[in-house]
Amino acid sequence: MSESSLDDIKVIVFQLKDEEYGVEVEQVKSIERVQHITRVPSTPDFVEGVINLRGVVTPIIDLRKRFNIEGLDHSDTTRVIIVTVEKMDVGLVVDAANDVIDIPRSAVEPPPQVVGGLEAEYIRGVAKLEKRLLILLNLDKVLNSEEMDEMKEIEGQV
Amino acid sequence: MERNQYLDMFIDESTEHLQALNDNILKLENTPEELSLVNEIFRSAHTLKGMAATMGYEDLANLTHHMENVLDGIRNRKFEADTRLIDVIFEAIDDLEAMVSDISGGGEGKRDVTRVQDKLAQIEKGELFEEAAVTVENVEASKEMYAFDDFELTVLAQSKEQGFNAFQLEVVLREDVILKAARVFMVFEVLEQIGEVIKCLPPVDQLEAENFDLSFTVTLVTKESEEEVEARIMKVSEIDKVLLSPVEEKEHPSQDESGIPESREQTDILSDQGHDPEDLNKPVSKEDKAAPAANKTIRVNIDRLDSLMNLFEELVIDRGRLEQISRDLKSSELTETVEHMTRISGDLQTIILNMRMVPVEQVFNRFPRMVRTLAKELNKKVNLEIIGAETELDRTVIDEIGDPLVHLLRNSLDHGIEEPEQRRKSGKTDTGQITLKAYHSGNHVFIEVADNGAGIDRDKVLEKAISREVISEESGAGLTDRQVYELLFSSGLSTADKISDISGRGVGLDVVKSKIESLGGNVSVNSRLNEGTVFSIQLPLTLSIISVMLVEVQKEVYAVPLSSIIETAIIKKEEIMSAHNQKVIDFRGSVVPLINLTDFFDVPASIEEDDHCSVIIVRKGEKMAALVVNSFIGQQEIVLKSLGEYLSGTFAISGATILGNGQVALIIDCNALIK
Repeated sequence: MSESSLDDIKVIVFQLKDEEYGVEVEQVKSIERVQHITRVPSTPDFVEGVINLRGVVTPIIDLRKRFNIEGLDHSDTTRVIIVTVEKMDVGLVVDAANDVIDIPRSAVEPPPQVVGGLEAEYIRGVAKLEKRLLILLNLDKVLNSEEMDEMKEIEGQV
Repeated sequence: MERNQYLDMFIDESTEHLQALNDNILKLENTPEELSLVNEIFRSAHTLKGMAATMGYEDLANLTHHMENVLDGIRNRKFEADTRLIDVIFEAIDDLEAMVSDISGGGEGKRDVTRVQDKLAQIEKGELFEEAAVTVENVEASKEMYAFDDFELTVLAQSKEQGFNAFQLEVVLREDVILKAARVFMVFEVLEQIGEVIKCLPPVDQLEAENFDLSFTVTLVTKESEEEVEARIMKVSEIDKVLLSPVEEKEHPSQDESGIPESREQTDILSDQGHDPEDLNKPVSKEDKAAPAANKTIRVNIDRLDSLMNLFEELVIDRGRLEQISRDLKSSELTETVEHMTRISGDLQTIILNMRMVPVEQVFNRFPRMVRTLAKELNKKVNLEIIGAETELDRTVIDEIGDPLVHLLRNSLDHGIEEPEQRRKSGKTDTGQITLKAYHSGNHVFIEVADNGAGIDRDKVLEKAISREVISEESGAGLTDRQVYELLFSSGLSTADKISDISGRGVGLDVVKSKIESLGGNVSVNSRLNEGTVFSIQLPLTLSIISVMLVEVQKEVYAVPLSSIIETAIIKKEEIMSAHNQKVIDFRGSVVPLINLTDFFDVPASIEEDDHCSVIIVRKGEKMAALVVNSFIGQQEIVLKSLGEYLSGTFAISGATILGNGQVALIIDCNALIK
């Protein structure tokens, strides 16, 4: 890591409902507009399906559903953030992706017990920036859910 | 670590060298006289040792070193390459292979090899086969004179073609000669002025050390006449006499049997020179240096080929769109350009697919060794013939096909080929024949494993199948021979009377079948009692492009692999019956369960049902199911894609593909639908 990033974290800021979230730039591969999503049967309901991302079939997760926020139809601002976690590429559907900002590490606080109803284990920390509050996501936890594990277990038995 | 960078290369190359060792040692066993093989083996071992030492794998280097010593012994005719010796070498190679695979698995390549090393060391000292070695030496000594090796023979033959004469000269020095070495040097100088010395006995270094009696023998290739040569040599002082005789052109006995194309053999031997400083007394004539054009290849990581393929697929999808646009715009210029692009991308597709193809040889070349070992274990005599090893298959298929073939070969050896005694009784030769044959046909590659053994005993199979409750006695009676043979592929059936280590545990053929089917191929068997059995595997040329039937389920598009479809049909609602809460239909006399894909995949219903249903009858082995869909779109070649790690376990979906409109369609895994 270079020196500047020791003090700063560069994050992509996106919106879900009324709140702003952040994922580190290193984990983000690209940001896409919503295109046709093919539903995949017998998957948890937050798995929207798969898309054709320049020739690679990429799974898409609806973050609203993942965090149990009520659903919203896709609009002009809806974006798919393609993230790489443990060599898997996964797309996250978010309401809008507006910004890339540097936040000083010192501004990041450990997750409080309850933030906007979201279970704290998905959260790595909360960054306070002037008047904004940014929730930093722990993508490993977001993607490797119990539901997915269960699904794979069922597979194993079949 | 620094060496990581070279690790891949090391593993690749050592595997190649080990394979070469295996191949050549097998050949050597058949033609122990073939010294060029020993040279080649020696060179492989030597390179391997060098690489291992450079990479710091000491066990590997040590063992190779000991092996090398023994090989050197064979080369110098100290020991005979008999079966026992070759067994020990094979043992050593097994250890080497284990170490290399350990290294490729991320290990340190450590292994306890003292046992093999001891054996090798014993051979080295001549303890293990002392008697044998001595006799060999005696024999060698008596026929000592002038056996030309392959290299020398080649040079001789080529010189003859170009109008040179070859003479064998026995130069005898005078008894009162003072400076033997100097005379020898002078003789050689004369000889080299008029021609080239191919061989001399004793070797040059011994001559220089005056380590010879009064005469020595030289083979000379020259354009000069016999008399001229003699006269020139006699000009050197202290020479008593020169005996000249022309060299007979004798074909090396085993040259034709070696099976290596001559040109290649020649280059191998040429490059061999660098490793043997003591053999430098064989000058290489200029003609020989014109090596055949090298096969230019580069190693490319398979990932790169995959991403090339991905990019190309993207291009194909765009091409589809362009074609659509040009049709709509009706501009002739655009249409022409698009058509041209279509043709070029067609060629490109062929090339890209071809790049992923590798010869099936990669899998086949480990079999001779395996068959040899197994045959020994079983006390059978078997000759394995491999045909069509150059047939190419997609890399992904190659990786998977090895195990099923091992199964089939073991099966042929164990159940097919009889013991020598038994074979004699049935009027056959002692040695059984197993033929492994690969060939292209249409869009498929066929691989056949044929033996001329006992064949399949229909009654025995049937009896076993009934006793194992694979089928009932009644249904068994009406089966054709072929149907009976098919029973061999059901689980829990093995007809070997004796259960052996090699096969006969009742697993095997069913595993083979499911493996082959998972590759999109199928396997069948044909047999004649007492004449032999043929297992035939049919495989698709590539796994990345498959033929599918595209269907619509409500508004979603799914792909069903053509390989599992029996047929499509449209049935009336009232034909659907119910049995045990399961909807079934009567399809050509058999009861087939009905699976409504709309319900099965929870597809949001948007189309109203009518009185007719479209169904696709699919099969898994002998079992069938009927899938209810809303409409058939048609047959298409599609590019198979994985769903990605994240969704890899999805039930009943084997993958995805990208359609012409850029959307993703899912491929239904029929094997998962039928239990």
